[in-house]
Amino acid sequence: MPNPLQALRESQGSSPAKTWAPRPGPTAWGRGLVGRPRWRRWPGLALIATLLVLLGAGGCNSSSQTTSRPLCVAGSTSVQPFAEKLAEIYMHQHPGVRIDVQGGGSSAGIYAATQGAADLGASSRELLGEEKKLVEIAIAFDGIAVIVHPANPLTTITLAEIRKIFSGAVTNWSALGLPPHAIHLITREEGSGTREAFEHLVMNKQEITPAALVQDSNGSVREIVAGDPHSIGYISAGLVDDRVKALSIDGVLPTRENIKTHAYKLVRRFLFVARAAPAGPGKDFVDFVLGPDGQGILETEGLVGVK
Amino acid sequence: MHREKFIERVLLLLALSSVGSLALITIFIFLEGFPLILSVGLKDFILSSHWAPTKGHFGILAMIISSVLVTLGAMIIGVPLGLSCAIVLAEFSPKRLKMVLKPTLELLAGIPSVVYGFLGVIWLVPLIRNYLGGPGLSLLAGSIILGIMILPTVISISIDALTAVPDPYRDGSLALGATRWQTVSRVVLPAARSGIITAIILGMGRAIGETMAVIMVAGNALQIPTSILDPVRTLTSNIALELGYAAGRHREALFATGIVLFIIIMILNLSATLITRRR
Repeated sequence: MPNPLQALRESQGSSPAKTWAPRPGPTAWGRGLVGRPRWRRWPGLALIATLLVLLGAGGCNSSSQTTSRPLCVAGSTSVQPFAEKLAEIYMHQHPGVRIDVQGGGSSAGIYAATQGAADLGASSRELLGEEKKLVEIAIAFDGIAVIVHPANPLTTITLAEIRKIFSGAVTNWSALGLPPHAIHLITREEGSGTREAFEHLVMNKQEITPAALVQDSNGSVREIVAGDPHSIGYISAGLVDDRVKALSIDGVLPTRENIKTHAYKLVRRFLFVARAAPAGPGKDFVDFVLGPDGQGILETEGLVGVK
Repeated sequence: MHREKFIERVLLLLALSSVGSLALITIFIFLEGFPLILSVGLKDFILSSHWAPTKGHFGILAMIISSVLVTLGAMIIGVPLGLSCAIVLAEFSPKRLKMVLKPTLELLAGIPSVVYGFLGVIWLVPLIRNYLGGPGLSLLAGSIILGIMILPTVISISIDALTAVPDPYRDGSLALGATRWQTVSRVVLPAARSGIITAIILGMGRAIGETMAVIMVAGNALQIPTSILDPVRTLTSNIALELGYAAGRHREALFATGIVLFIIIMILNLSATLITRRR
């Protein structure tokens, strides 16, 4: 029985080898139906693939064809971009080793590590209760900067003041000695690692007021604060740029040095967790991350190294 | 003949697959979300506005109210605009104007929602912040953007309804000495009523289900709004915002939010179908 796909391709006058070969680079988009990536012609495939990825989030049942099993790192979406960068450079240095980096959130990563579905779980929060049985490896520090618009005359704020603002007890800038205007609060969505760390470090079990605007990334929080002179928000310290102003907290600015020495109060750790001390390729990767190369990468990416 | 039968069967199977996927989606959403509604209790789920899923509070009242208000706002903006546009296109416009307007409207339907959202953030939100006050990201911004987004739906279905009115109605009215506007407002519009109501209901369905643009411009705060300048979070935004990180009960709560949304949209679509059928 003739393969219908084959027949379709041949009727379109293209050799099979040409169609099935991976086509990197932007030129692949300009070649009409035949040259397009497979998912554009078979949206069903893309859908199924998406579903599989969604169902498999947190675990690493990669269908890769490599002979050796890939090393799997899953968890915090705050750690994910950094882990991806580390993995990319490590794989470049060690051809033949494959590292899959997945998101899913800190809790999912810790769960995956507990179950053994992931070799390393990534967490941007401290381990709690039962989870403390896991082996934890701190890979970096990240400061959380409280940011305002550059035109805002405020330069320093106390932890207690931040708590009052974010719990909704203080809603006007006049309470901080500024010209009176409503404070526009911006927070992250429930479940975000940055929010979790902020609540843990600042809020002291109080809830963030429901009147706060909610954005789903550091980038969009920064974008809103950069555009609104009356706003206040919090983002990862590595992502502060000159369109926003980071406040000093109790007189300490979120500089690299202050984060490393913990003189700055809002610091969280990025962790790798595992069921047992990593061995083999896992240990090698962890050593790389904690070594000068890995720590250097994390520093250039905006974090503060642990060494 | 054999071949004919075979192709018919295949086509039937393909047609049924759409029903099948709807059934699968329904079953999946209910299986994932229903246990949470049962354990929290329906009353605490839809009549409480305390949403802190990682701390065990699962009230979605604020979001239901916000969804309804944003949709209502979109209707207030979109329906008069859309309906007048449809009347012009179906009754008054010369052929040439029609040739420009119709493709433009179809283009409007083809613009991805993220583009609407982006325009809203860049252009509409600062405008509201500077001239009306508040943070700009608001119920008003969401309503305006959605009002524009539902135009193609409202317009195209209304046009169909208007053109379906038989010409003798118009001729009779004109022959009795009515002006063209009197003809449209007193004869054609009442005759096309059920079709226009369907257009409005489907527009509502579109507005209540829209996600991306609303996340970008509505501000997503968890409160029940007290002014149109307050930020709001709709049911769809809630799911899309938090699904990325959610696990366990939190994830179930988002599916349960989906159930509520599903039921609202089903009711809207069913009523649209019933109204059309009555005609």
